[in-house]
Amino acid sequence: MATTNYRADFPILNTMINGEPLTYLDSAATSQKPQAVIDALVTYYQHDNANVHRGVYTLAAQATDQYEAVRDQVAAFINAPQRETVFFTRSTTESLNWVAQTYGEQFIGPQDEIVLTVMEHHSNLVPWQQLAIRKHAKLRYIGLTSDGQLDMDAAKRLITAKTKLVAVAETSNVLGVTNPINDLAALAHQNGAIIVVDGAQAVAHQPVDVQAMDADFYAFSGHKMLAPTGIGVLYGKLDLLKQLTPAEFGGEMIDNVTQQTTTFAAIPQRFEAGTPNISGVIGLGAAITYLQQVGWPTIEAQENQLTERLLTGLLKMDGVTVYGPHDLALHGPVVAFNLNGVHPHDVATGLDMAGVEVRAGHHCAQPLMQYLQTSATVRASVMFYNTPAEIDRLLTALAEVKEFFQP
Amino acid sequence: MSLLKLGELYKAVILEHAQQPHHHGQLPDVPGLTLNNPTCGDVIKVQLDIQDDQIQQIAFSGTGCTISQASASVMTDVLAKQSPAQAKALIHDFSQLVMGDEIDVTAKKQLGDAAVLGAVAEFPTRIRCAMLAWHAADQLLDELGGTPNEQES
Repeated sequence: MATTNYRADFPILNTMINGEPLTYLDSAATSQKPQAVIDALVTYYQHDNANVHRGVYTLAAQATDQYEAVRDQVAAFINAPQRETVFFTRSTTESLNWVAQTYGEQFIGPQDEIVLTVMEHHSNLVPWQQLAIRKHAKLRYIGLTSDGQLDMDAAKRLITAKTKLVAVAETSNVLGVTNPINDLAALAHQNGAIIVVDGAQAVAHQPVDVQAMDADFYAFSGHKMLAPTGIGVLYGKLDLLKQLTPAEFGGEMIDNVTQQTTTFAAIPQRFEAGTPNISGVIGLGAAITYLQQVGWPTIEAQENQLTERLLTGLLKMDGVTVYGPHDLALHGPVVAFNLNGVHPHDVATGLDMAGVEVRAGHHCAQPLMQYLQTSATVRASVMFYNTPAEIDRLLTALAEVKEFFQP
Repeated sequence: MSLLKLGELYKAVILEHAQQPHHHGQLPDVPGLTLNNPTCGDVIKVQLDIQDDQIQQIAFSGTGCTISQASASVMTDVLAKQSPAQAKALIHDFSQLVMGDEIDVTAKKQLGDAAVLGAVAEFPTRIRCAMLAWHAADQLLDELGGTPNEQES
Protein backbone atom coordinates (compact mmCIF):
# COMPACT_ATOMS: atom_id res chain seq x y z
CA MET A 1 0.00 0.00 0.00
CA ALA A 2 1.37 3.39 -0.99
CA THR A 3 1.75 5.72 1.94
CA THR A 4 -0.06 9.01 2.03
CA ASN A 5 1.85 11.88 3.50
CA TYR A 6 -0.08 13.60 6.26
CA ARG A 7 2.79 15.82 7.36
CA ALA A 8 1.22 18.90 5.79
CA ASP A 9 -1.66 18.66 8.28
CA PHE A 10 0.77 19.01 11.23
CA PRO A 11 2.39 22.47 11.16
CA ILE A 12 5.00 21.65 13.81
CA LEU A 13 6.55 19.00 11.58
CA ASN A 14 8.08 21.78 9.43
CA THR A 15 10.22 22.88 12.38
CA MET A 16 14.02 22.74 12.22
CA ILE A 17 15.83 21.24 15.24
CA ASN A 18 19.56 21.83 15.66
CA GLY A 19 19.71 22.85 12.00
CA GLU A 20 18.08 19.62 10.84
CA PRO A 21 14.47 18.89 9.89
CA LEU A 22 12.45 17.74 12.91
CA THR A 23 12.11 13.95 12.93
CA TYR A 24 9.53 13.42 15.65
CA LEU A 25 9.64 9.84 16.90
CA ASP A 26 8.14 10.33 20.37
CA SER A 27 4.41 10.15 19.68
CA ALA A 28 4.03 7.57 22.46
CA ALA A 29 4.86 10.41 24.87
CA THR A 30 2.55 12.86 23.14
CA SER A 31 1.27 13.11 19.61
CA GLN A 32 1.58 16.22 17.48
CA LYS A 33 -1.60 18.16 16.70
CA PRO A 34 -3.15 18.63 13.26
CA GLN A 35 -4.23 22.10 12.13
CA ALA A 36 -7.87 20.90 12.40
CA VAL A 37 -7.48 20.48 16.18
CA ILE A 38 -5.62 23.77 16.59
CA ASP A 39 -8.35 25.53 14.56
CA ALA A 40 -11.11 23.97 16.68
CA LEU A 41 -9.57 25.49 19.82
CA VAL A 42 -9.24 28.92 18.20
CA THR A 43 -12.79 28.79 16.83
CA TYR A 44 -14.15 27.76 20.20
CA TYR A 45 -12.51 30.68 21.98
CA GLN A 46 -13.34 33.15 19.20
CA HIS A 47 -17.00 32.20 18.81
CA ASP A 48 -18.39 29.80 21.40
CA ASN A 49 -16.71 30.28 24.78
CA ALA A 50 -19.09 30.14 27.77
CA ASN A 51 -19.41 27.91 30.81
CA VAL A 52 -21.32 24.70 30.22
CA HIS A 53 -24.49 23.43 31.91
CA ARG A 54 -25.11 26.75 33.67
CA GLY A 55 -26.21 29.73 31.66
CA VAL A 56 -29.66 30.11 30.14
CA TYR A 57 -28.31 32.36 27.43
CA THR A 58 -27.66 31.32 23.83
CA LEU A 59 -23.86 31.29 24.00
CA ALA A 60 -23.88 28.97 27.03
CA ALA A 61 -26.27 26.65 25.23
CA GLN A 62 -23.94 26.64 22.21
CA ALA A 63 -20.93 25.69 24.37
CA THR A 64 -22.94 23.03 26.23
CA ASP A 65 -24.20 21.51 22.98
CA GLN A 66 -20.68 21.27 21.59
CA TYR A 67 -19.33 19.81 24.83
CA GLU A 68 -22.06 17.19 25.07
CA ALA A 69 -21.78 16.37 21.36
CA VAL A 70 -18.19 15.27 22.01
CA ARG A 71 -19.42 12.90 24.71
CA ASP A 72 -21.56 11.23 22.02
CA GLN A 73 -18.58 11.23 19.68
CA VAL A 74 -16.31 9.59 22.30
CA ALA A 75 -18.99 7.02 23.18
CA ALA A 76 -19.27 6.04 19.50
CA PHE A 77 -15.46 6.06 19.08
CA ILE A 78 -14.96 3.40 21.78
CA ASN A 79 -18.39 1.78 21.23
CA ALA A 80 -19.64 2.56 24.72
CA PRO A 81 -23.20 1.27 25.21
CA GLN A 82 -24.58 4.53 26.68
CA ARG A 83 -23.32 8.12 26.52
CA GLU A 84 -23.56 8.34 30.35
CA THR A 85 -20.77 5.79 30.68
CA VAL A 86 -18.23 8.29 29.35
CA PHE A 87 -16.93 11.15 31.43
CA PHE A 88 -14.16 13.63 31.06
CA THR A 89 -11.08 13.81 33.25
CA ARG A 90 -7.69 15.48 33.05
CA SER A 91 -5.78 12.46 31.74
CA THR A 92 -5.36 8.68 31.78
CA THR A 93 -3.57 9.16 35.09
CA GLU A 94 -6.52 10.97 36.64
CA SER A 95 -8.95 8.39 35.23
CA LEU A 96 -7.03 5.48 36.76
CA ASN A 97 -6.54 7.25 40.09
CA TRP A 98 -10.26 7.97 40.09
CA VAL A 99 -11.08 4.27 39.80
CA ALA A 100 -8.64 3.46 42.62
CA GLN A 101 -10.11 6.21 44.82
CA THR A 102 -13.75 5.31 44.21
CA TYR A 103 -14.18 1.64 43.25
CA GLY A 104 -10.95 0.65 45.00
CA GLU A 105 -11.78 2.57 48.16
CA GLN A 106 -15.29 1.06 48.31
CA PHE A 107 -14.68 -2.54 47.27
CA ILE A 108 -11.07 -3.58 48.00
CA GLY A 109 -10.38 -4.95 51.47
CA PRO A 110 -7.67 -6.71 53.50
CA GLN A 111 -6.19 -9.80 51.80
CA ASP A 112 -7.97 -9.02 48.51
CA GLU A 113 -5.68 -9.37 45.53
CA ILE A 114 -5.04 -6.85 42.77
CA VAL A 115 -3.40 -8.34 39.68
CA LEU A 116 -1.18 -6.12 37.53
CA THR A 117 1.41 -6.82 34.85
CA VAL A 118 5.13 -6.03 35.03
CA MET A 119 4.77 -3.84 31.95
CA GLU A 120 2.43 -1.29 33.56
CA HIS A 121 3.15 2.41 33.32
CA HIS A 122 3.48 4.00 36.78
CA SER A 123 0.02 5.55 36.30
CA ASN A 124 -1.56 2.07 36.24
CA LEU A 125 0.67 0.76 39.01
CA VAL A 126 1.27 3.32 41.75
CA PRO A 127 -2.46 4.07 42.35
CA TRP A 128 -3.07 0.32 42.91
CA GLN A 129 0.06 -0.09 44.99
CA GLN A 130 -0.93 2.81 47.25
CA LEU A 131 -4.49 1.47 47.48
CA ALA A 132 -3.10 -1.94 48.45
CA ILE A 133 -1.00 -0.31 51.18
CA ARG A 134 -4.04 1.60 52.54
CA LYS A 135 -6.31 -1.45 52.41
CA HIS A 136 -3.79 -4.16 53.32
CA ALA A 137 -4.54 -5.80 49.99
CA LYS A 138 -1.98 -7.78 47.98
CA LEU A 139 -0.45 -7.01 44.61
CA ARG A 140 0.30 -9.78 42.12
CA TYR A 141 2.26 -9.23 38.93
CA ILE A 142 1.94 -11.14 35.67
CA GLY A 143 5.36 -11.51 34.01
CA LEU A 144 6.49 -11.89 30.42
CA THR A 145 7.28 -14.78 28.13
CA SER A 146 10.80 -15.03 26.71
CA ASP A 147 9.67 -13.27 23.52
CA GLY A 148 8.36 -10.25 25.44
CA GLN A 149 4.61 -11.00 25.52
CA LEU A 150 2.38 -11.15 28.55
CA ASP A 151 2.66 -14.62 30.09
CA MET A 152 -0.94 -15.83 29.87
CA ASP A 153 -0.11 -19.09 31.68
CA ALA A 154 1.00 -16.98 34.63
CA ALA A 155 -2.16 -14.88 34.26
CA LYS A 156 -4.26 -18.05 34.61
CA ARG A 157 -2.40 -18.96 37.80
CA LEU A 158 -2.49 -15.47 39.31
CA ILE A 159 -6.10 -14.49 38.63
CA THR A 160 -8.04 -16.45 41.23
CA ALA A 161 -11.09 -16.22 43.47
CA LYS A 162 -9.02 -13.91 45.71
CA THR A 163 -8.63 -11.42 42.86
CA LYS A 164 -10.86 -8.37 43.09
CA LEU A 165 -9.35 -6.27 40.33
CA VAL A 166 -7.11 -6.74 37.30
CA ALA A 167 -5.39 -3.63 35.89
CA VAL A 168 -3.63 -3.89 32.56
CA ALA A 169 -2.40 -1.74 29.68
CA GLU A 170 -4.00 -2.54 26.35
CA THR A 171 -0.69 -1.69 24.65
CA SER A 172 2.64 -1.39 26.47
CA ASN A 173 4.35 2.01 26.23
CA VAL A 174 7.75 0.26 26.21
CA LEU A 175 7.44 -3.20 24.70
CA GLY A 176 4.95 -2.14 22.04
CA VAL A 177 3.03 -5.35 22.60
CA THR A 178 -0.79 -5.37 22.66
CA ASN A 179 -2.25 -7.57 25.39
CA PRO A 180 -5.16 -10.03 24.95
CA ILE A 181 -7.69 -7.94 26.88
CA ASN A 182 -10.63 -10.22 26.00
CA ASP A 183 -8.89 -13.24 27.55
CA LEU A 184 -7.85 -11.29 30.64
CA ALA A 185 -11.37 -9.87 31.02
CA ALA A 186 -12.83 -13.38 30.79
CA LEU A 187 -10.37 -14.60 33.44
CA ALA A 188 -11.21 -11.67 35.70
CA HIS A 189 -14.96 -12.07 35.30
CA GLN A 190 -14.87 -15.86 35.84
CA ASN A 191 -13.27 -15.09 39.19
CA GLY A 192 -15.66 -12.31 40.14
CA ALA A 193 -13.10 -9.56 39.59
CA ILE A 194 -13.32 -6.43 37.45
CA ILE A 195 -10.81 -5.38 34.79
CA VAL A 196 -9.46 -1.85 34.41
CA VAL A 197 -7.82 -1.16 31.07
CA ASP A 198 -5.24 1.58 30.42
CA GLY A 199 -5.86 2.46 26.80
CA ALA A 200 -3.41 5.37 26.58
CA GLN A 201 -1.14 3.69 24.00
CA ALA A 202 -3.94 1.98 22.08
CA VAL A 203 -6.72 4.46 21.25
CA ALA A 204 -4.83 6.35 18.55
CA HIS A 205 -3.58 3.24 16.78
CA GLN A 206 -6.41 0.73 16.48
CA PRO A 207 -10.20 0.63 16.81
CA VAL A 208 -11.28 0.29 20.44
CA ASP A 209 -14.49 -1.51 21.37
CA VAL A 210 -15.02 -1.48 25.13
CA GLN A 211 -18.02 -3.82 24.84
CA ALA A 212 -16.21 -6.39 22.70
CA MET A 213 -13.22 -6.43 25.09
CA ASP A 214 -15.64 -6.43 28.04
CA ALA A 215 -13.68 -3.81 29.99
CA ASP A 216 -15.24 -2.66 33.25
CA PHE A 217 -13.27 0.59 33.11
CA TYR A 218 -11.30 1.97 30.17
CA ALA A 219 -9.05 5.04 30.56
CA PHE A 220 -7.29 7.16 27.96
CA SER A 221 -5.82 10.61 27.29
CA GLY A 222 -6.55 13.03 24.49
CA HIS A 223 -2.99 14.21 24.01
CA LYS A 224 -1.69 10.90 22.68
CA MET A 225 -4.45 10.89 20.03
CA LEU A 226 -3.91 14.33 18.44
CA ALA A 227 -5.98 16.27 21.01
CA PRO A 228 -4.65 18.90 23.45
CA THR A 229 -3.04 18.02 26.78
CA GLY A 230 -5.19 18.15 29.91
CA ILE A 231 -8.16 16.17 28.63
CA GLY A 232 -8.77 12.52 29.45
CA VAL A 233 -11.63 10.06 29.38
CA LEU A 234 -12.91 7.38 31.67
CA TYR A 235 -15.44 4.83 30.53
CA GLY A 236 -17.11 2.65 33.15
CA LYS A 237 -19.93 0.12 32.98
CA LEU A 238 -23.12 1.84 34.06
CA ASP A 239 -24.03 -0.65 36.81
CA LEU A 240 -20.58 -0.08 38.36
CA LEU A 241 -20.70 3.71 38.04
CA LYS A 242 -24.09 3.75 39.78
CA GLN A 243 -22.52 2.20 42.87
CA LEU A 244 -19.72 4.77 43.20
CA THR A 245 -19.51 7.79 45.45
CA PRO A 246 -18.00 10.81 43.65
CA ALA A 247 -14.31 11.48 44.32
CA GLU A 248 -14.75 15.24 44.02
CA PHE A 249 -17.57 17.52 45.06
CA GLY A 250 -18.52 21.03 43.95
CA GLY A 251 -20.31 22.88 41.21
CA GLU A 252 -22.20 21.14 38.46
CA MET A 253 -22.15 17.68 40.10
CA ILE A 254 -25.06 18.39 42.45
CA ASP A 255 -28.82 18.04 42.32
CA ASN A 256 -29.84 19.91 45.48
CA VAL A 257 -27.70 21.37 48.26
CA THR A 258 -28.81 22.49 51.73
CA GLN A 259 -26.63 23.56 54.65
CA GLN A 260 -26.36 19.97 55.86
CA THR A 261 -27.02 17.71 52.88
CA THR A 262 -26.48 17.29 49.14
CA THR A 263 -28.07 15.11 46.54
CA PHE A 264 -25.99 14.47 43.46
CA ALA A 265 -26.65 15.04 39.79
CA ALA A 266 -27.19 12.11 37.46
CA ILE A 267 -24.26 10.24 35.93
CA PRO A 268 -22.04 11.46 34.23
CA GLN A 269 -22.37 15.05 35.60
CA ARG A 270 -22.05 13.54 39.09
CA PHE A 271 -18.44 12.74 38.26
CA GLU A 272 -17.53 16.04 36.59
CA ALA A 273 -17.23 18.49 39.48
CA GLY A 274 -16.41 22.09 38.65
CA THR A 275 -15.92 23.77 35.31
CA PRO A 276 -14.49 21.09 33.03
CA ASN A 277 -11.78 21.48 30.40
CA ILE A 278 -14.29 22.61 27.78
CA SER A 279 -11.77 23.61 25.11
CA GLY A 280 -9.93 20.33 25.70
CA VAL A 281 -13.15 18.44 25.07
CA ILE A 282 -13.77 20.46 21.87
CA GLY A 283 -10.20 19.64 20.78
CA LEU A 284 -10.75 15.97 21.55
CA GLY A 285 -13.84 16.00 19.36
CA ALA A 286 -11.86 17.55 16.49
CA ALA A 287 -9.11 14.95 16.98
CA ILE A 288 -11.59 12.07 16.74
CA THR A 289 -13.11 13.59 13.60
CA TYR A 290 -9.64 13.93 12.05
CA LEU A 291 -8.62 10.35 12.97
CA GLN A 292 -11.85 9.05 11.46
CA GLN A 293 -11.22 11.03 8.28
CA VAL A 294 -7.80 9.42 7.90
CA GLY A 295 -9.42 6.09 8.79
CA TRP A 296 -8.24 3.00 10.63
CA PRO A 297 -7.18 1.03 7.52
CA THR A 298 -4.78 3.83 6.53
CA ILE A 299 -3.55 4.45 10.07
CA GLU A 300 -2.89 0.78 10.74
CA ALA A 301 -1.28 0.10 7.37
CA GLN A 302 1.06 3.10 7.57
CA GLU A 303 2.05 2.54 11.17
CA ASN A 304 2.63 -1.13 10.48
CA GLN A 305 4.89 -0.29 7.55
CA LEU A 306 6.83 2.27 9.60
CA THR A 307 7.16 -0.09 12.57
CA GLU A 308 8.44 -2.85 10.28
CA ARG A 309 11.11 -0.55 8.84
CA LEU A 310 12.12 0.57 12.33
CA LEU A 311 12.13 -2.88 13.91
CA THR A 312 13.98 -4.65 11.09
CA GLY A 313 16.46 -1.76 10.80
CA LEU A 314 17.29 -1.96 14.51
CA LEU A 315 17.45 -5.76 14.55
CA LYS A 316 19.89 -5.71 11.61
CA MET A 317 22.28 -3.32 13.38
CA ASP A 318 25.15 -4.85 15.36
CA GLY A 319 25.33 -4.02 19.04
CA VAL A 320 21.66 -3.09 19.40
CA THR A 321 19.37 -4.77 21.95
CA VAL A 322 15.66 -4.57 21.10
CA TYR A 323 13.25 -5.11 24.01
CA GLY A 324 9.82 -6.68 23.57
CA PRO A 325 8.70 -8.96 20.77
CA HIS A 326 10.86 -9.12 17.65
CA ASP A 327 7.92 -10.38 15.65
CA LEU A 328 6.23 -7.55 13.76
CA ALA A 329 2.84 -9.25 14.05
CA LEU A 330 3.01 -8.72 17.83
CA HIS A 331 4.33 -5.18 17.63
CA GLY A 332 2.59 -1.88 18.07
CA PRO A 333 4.23 1.37 16.90
CA VAL A 334 6.66 1.58 19.86
CA VAL A 335 10.17 0.10 19.90
CA ALA A 336 12.47 0.23 22.93
CA PHE A 337 16.14 -0.49 22.39
CA ASN A 338 19.65 0.15 23.62
CA LEU A 339 22.96 0.65 21.90
CA ASN A 340 25.11 -1.75 23.88
CA GLY A 341 27.62 0.04 26.08
CA VAL A 342 26.20 3.51 25.40
CA HIS A 343 23.84 5.11 27.89
CA PRO A 344 20.40 5.91 26.41
CA HIS A 345 20.73 9.59 27.37
CA ASP A 346 23.92 9.82 25.36
CA VAL A 347 22.22 8.10 22.41
CA ALA A 348 19.23 10.47 22.64
CA THR A 349 21.48 13.55 22.76
CA GLY A 350 23.36 12.21 19.73
CA LEU A 351 20.13 11.65 17.81
CA ASP A 352 18.87 15.09 18.85
CA MET A 353 21.87 16.63 17.09
CA ALA A 354 20.41 15.07 13.92
CA GLY A 355 16.95 16.48 14.69
CA VAL A 356 15.73 13.00 15.65
CA GLU A 357 13.61 13.27 18.80
CA VAL A 358 13.31 10.04 20.76
CA ARG A 359 12.67 9.26 24.40
CA ALA A 360 15.41 8.00 26.71
CA GLY A 361 14.81 6.88 30.26
CA HIS A 362 12.66 4.45 32.17
CA HIS A 363 9.41 5.51 30.42
CA CYS A 364 7.55 5.69 33.75
CA ALA A 365 7.92 1.92 33.98
CA GLN A 366 10.69 1.36 36.53
CA PRO A 367 9.43 -2.07 37.60
CA LEU A 368 9.60 -3.15 33.93
CA MET A 369 13.17 -1.81 33.68
CA GLN A 370 14.07 -3.86 36.77
CA TYR A 371 12.39 -6.90 35.20
CA LEU A 372 14.37 -6.36 31.97
CA GLN A 373 17.53 -5.78 34.05
CA THR A 374 18.31 -2.40 32.57
CA SER A 375 18.09 1.06 34.11
CA ALA A 376 16.79 2.78 31.02
CA THR A 377 16.26 2.42 27.28
CA VAL A 378 15.93 4.51 24.16
CA ARG A 379 12.42 4.43 22.71
CA ALA A 380 11.29 5.40 19.23
CA SER A 381 7.57 5.54 18.50
CA VAL A 382 5.79 6.30 15.27
CA MET A 383 2.44 7.58 14.13
CA PHE A 384 0.85 7.61 10.70
CA TYR A 385 2.22 11.12 10.07
CA ASN A 386 5.79 9.82 10.12
CA THR A 387 7.50 8.77 6.90
CA PRO A 388 9.84 5.93 5.92
CA ALA A 389 12.51 8.61 5.28
CA GLU A 390 12.30 9.60 8.94
CA ILE A 391 12.92 6.02 10.05
CA ASP A 392 15.95 5.99 7.76
CA ARG A 393 17.20 9.24 9.31
CA LEU A 394 16.97 7.64 12.76
CA LEU A 395 18.87 4.54 11.63
CA THR A 396 21.59 6.59 9.89
CA ALA A 397 22.01 8.89 12.88
CA LEU A 398 22.10 5.88 15.21
CA ALA A 399 24.93 4.35 13.17
CA GLU A 400 26.83 7.64 13.49
CA VAL A 401 26.22 7.83 17.24
CA LYS A 402 27.48 4.25 17.55
CA GLU A 403 30.58 5.19 15.58
CA PHE A 404 31.15 8.24 17.80
CA PHE A 405 30.92 6.40 21.11
CA GLN A 406 32.42 3.09 19.97
CA PRO A 407 35.05 4.02 17.37
CA MET B 1 24.18 14.96 10.87
CA SER B 2 27.12 16.82 12.14
CA LEU B 3 29.03 14.80 14.67
CA LEU B 4 31.00 17.99 15.22
CA LYS B 5 28.04 19.18 17.28
CA LEU B 6 28.21 16.06 19.38
CA GLY B 7 31.93 16.64 19.84
CA GLU B 8 31.17 20.03 21.44
CA LEU B 9 29.59 18.25 24.39
CA TYR B 10 31.51 15.01 24.39
CA LYS B 11 35.05 16.39 24.26
CA ALA B 12 37.90 13.87 24.36
CA VAL B 13 38.64 14.62 27.99
CA ILE B 14 35.01 13.87 28.92
CA LEU B 15 35.03 10.58 27.05
CA GLU B 16 38.30 9.61 28.75
CA HIS B 17 36.94 10.33 32.22
CA ALA B 18 33.76 8.35 31.45
CA GLN B 19 35.72 5.38 30.15
CA GLN B 20 38.33 5.41 32.88
CA PRO B 21 36.83 7.26 35.81
CA HIS B 22 39.06 8.51 38.63
CA HIS B 23 38.33 7.61 42.27
CA HIS B 24 35.70 5.09 41.17
CA GLY B 25 34.64 2.47 43.68
CA GLN B 26 33.59 2.25 47.30
CA LEU B 27 35.59 3.28 50.36
CA PRO B 28 34.99 1.05 53.40
CA ASP B 29 33.69 2.81 56.52
CA VAL B 30 33.51 6.24 54.89
CA PRO B 31 30.25 8.24 54.96
CA GLY B 32 28.42 8.46 51.66
CA LEU B 33 25.32 9.86 50.07
CA THR B 34 23.36 8.40 47.16
CA LEU B 35 21.30 10.43 44.71
CA ASN B 36 19.35 9.27 41.71
CA ASN B 37 18.27 10.96 38.53
CA PRO B 38 14.54 10.25 38.43
CA THR B 39 14.32 10.79 34.68
CA CYS B 40 16.62 7.92 33.81
CA GLY B 41 17.01 5.91 37.00
CA ASP B 42 20.75 6.55 37.22
CA VAL B 43 22.24 6.32 40.70
CA ILE B 44 25.46 7.88 41.99
CA LYS B 45 26.95 7.46 45.45
CA VAL B 46 29.61 9.92 46.62
CA GLN B 47 31.79 9.25 49.66
CA LEU B 48 33.87 11.79 51.54
CA ASP B 49 36.41 11.12 54.24
CA ILE B 50 36.98 14.43 56.00
CA GLN B 51 39.76 14.69 58.56
CA ASP B 52 41.48 17.83 59.90
CA ASP B 53 39.23 20.12 57.84
CA GLN B 54 40.32 18.45 54.62
CA ILE B 55 38.83 15.90 52.23
CA GLN B 56 41.37 13.09 52.68
CA GLN B 57 39.61 10.51 50.54
CA ILE B 58 36.86 10.80 47.94
CA ALA B 59 35.14 8.20 45.80
CA PHE B 60 32.05 7.70 43.68
CA SER B 61 30.21 4.61 42.55
CA GLY B 62 27.11 3.75 40.55
CA THR B 63 26.26 3.82 36.90
CA GLY B 64 25.10 6.48 34.54
CA CYS B 65 25.52 8.22 31.24
CA THR B 66 28.79 9.57 29.87
CA ILE B 67 28.05 13.04 31.24
CA SER B 68 27.17 11.96 34.78
CA GLN B 69 30.09 9.54 35.03
CA ALA B 70 32.64 11.97 33.58
CA SER B 71 31.32 14.76 35.76
CA ALA B 72 31.61 12.60 38.88
CA SER B 73 35.15 11.65 37.90
CA VAL B 74 36.36 15.23 37.32
CA MET B 75 34.63 16.27 40.53
CA THR B 76 36.63 13.81 42.59
CA ASP B 77 39.84 15.27 41.14
CA VAL B 78 38.73 18.82 41.92
CA LEU B 79 37.46 18.22 45.46
CA ALA B 80 40.21 15.91 46.73
CA LYS B 81 42.35 17.57 49.42
CA GLN B 82 40.12 20.66 49.59
CA SER B 83 38.63 21.92 52.81
CA PRO B 84 34.84 21.52 53.13
CA ALA B 85 34.45 25.29 52.69
CA GLN B 86 36.59 25.34 49.54
CA ALA B 87 34.71 22.31 48.24
CA LYS B 88 31.37 24.07 48.75
CA ALA B 89 32.68 27.09 46.85
CA LEU B 90 33.96 24.93 43.98
CA ILE B 91 30.61 23.13 43.75
CA HIS B 92 28.91 26.51 43.56
CA ASP B 93 31.29 27.65 40.79
CA PHE B 94 30.69 24.46 38.83
CA SER B 95 26.95 24.83 39.17
CA GLN B 96 27.15 28.42 37.84
CA LEU B 97 29.29 27.24 34.94
CA VAL B 98 26.96 24.48 33.75
CA MET B 99 23.97 26.78 34.14
CA GLY B 100 25.67 29.02 31.57
CA ASP B 101 26.69 31.81 33.95
CA GLU B 102 30.10 33.48 33.66
CA ILE B 103 32.59 32.60 36.37
CA ASP B 104 35.96 34.29 36.89
CA VAL B 105 39.18 32.99 35.41
CA THR B 106 40.66 31.86 38.74
CA ALA B 107 37.58 29.82 39.58
CA LYS B 108 37.65 28.28 36.11
CA LYS B 109 41.30 27.37 36.53
CA GLN B 110 40.59 25.72 39.87
CA LEU B 111 37.90 23.59 38.25
CA GLY B 112 40.50 22.05 35.92
CA ASP B 113 39.01 19.34 33.67
CA ALA B 114 35.62 20.05 35.21
CA ALA B 115 35.54 23.40 33.38
CA VAL B 116 35.26 21.48 30.09
CA LEU B 117 31.78 20.43 31.23
CA GLY B 118 30.73 24.07 30.89
CA ALA B 119 29.65 23.01 27.39
CA VAL B 120 26.70 21.26 29.05
CA ALA B 121 25.10 24.72 29.34
CA GLU B 122 24.35 24.38 25.61
CA PHE B 123 22.49 21.12 26.28
CA PRO B 124 19.93 22.12 28.95
CA THR B 125 18.36 18.66 29.18
CA ARG B 126 21.70 17.26 30.31
CA ILE B 127 22.48 19.72 33.12
CA ARG B 128 20.85 17.36 35.58
CA CYS B 129 23.24 14.57 34.47
CA ALA B 130 26.26 16.84 34.98
CA MET B 131 25.09 18.03 38.40
CA LEU B 132 24.14 14.68 39.94
CA ALA B 133 27.45 13.85 41.66
CA TRP B 134 28.02 17.48 42.65
CA HIS B 135 24.60 17.68 44.29
CA ALA B 136 25.41 14.49 46.18
CA ALA B 137 28.75 15.91 47.37
CA ASP B 138 27.12 19.21 48.32
CA GLN B 139 24.43 17.50 50.42
CA LEU B 140 26.97 15.18 51.99
CA LEU B 141 29.18 18.14 52.97
CA ASP B 142 26.16 19.73 54.65
CA GLU B 143 25.37 16.51 56.48
CA LEU B 144 28.94 16.10 57.64
CA GLY B 145 29.36 19.79 58.44
CA GLY B 146 28.38 19.42 62.09
CA THR B 147 30.68 16.53 62.88
CA PRO B 148 33.56 16.62 60.41
CA ASN B 149 35.71 14.07 62.23
CA GLU B 150 33.10 11.44 62.89
CA GLN B 151 32.46 8.57 60.59
CA GLU B 152 29.27 6.66 59.98
CA SER B 153 29.15 3.66 62.22
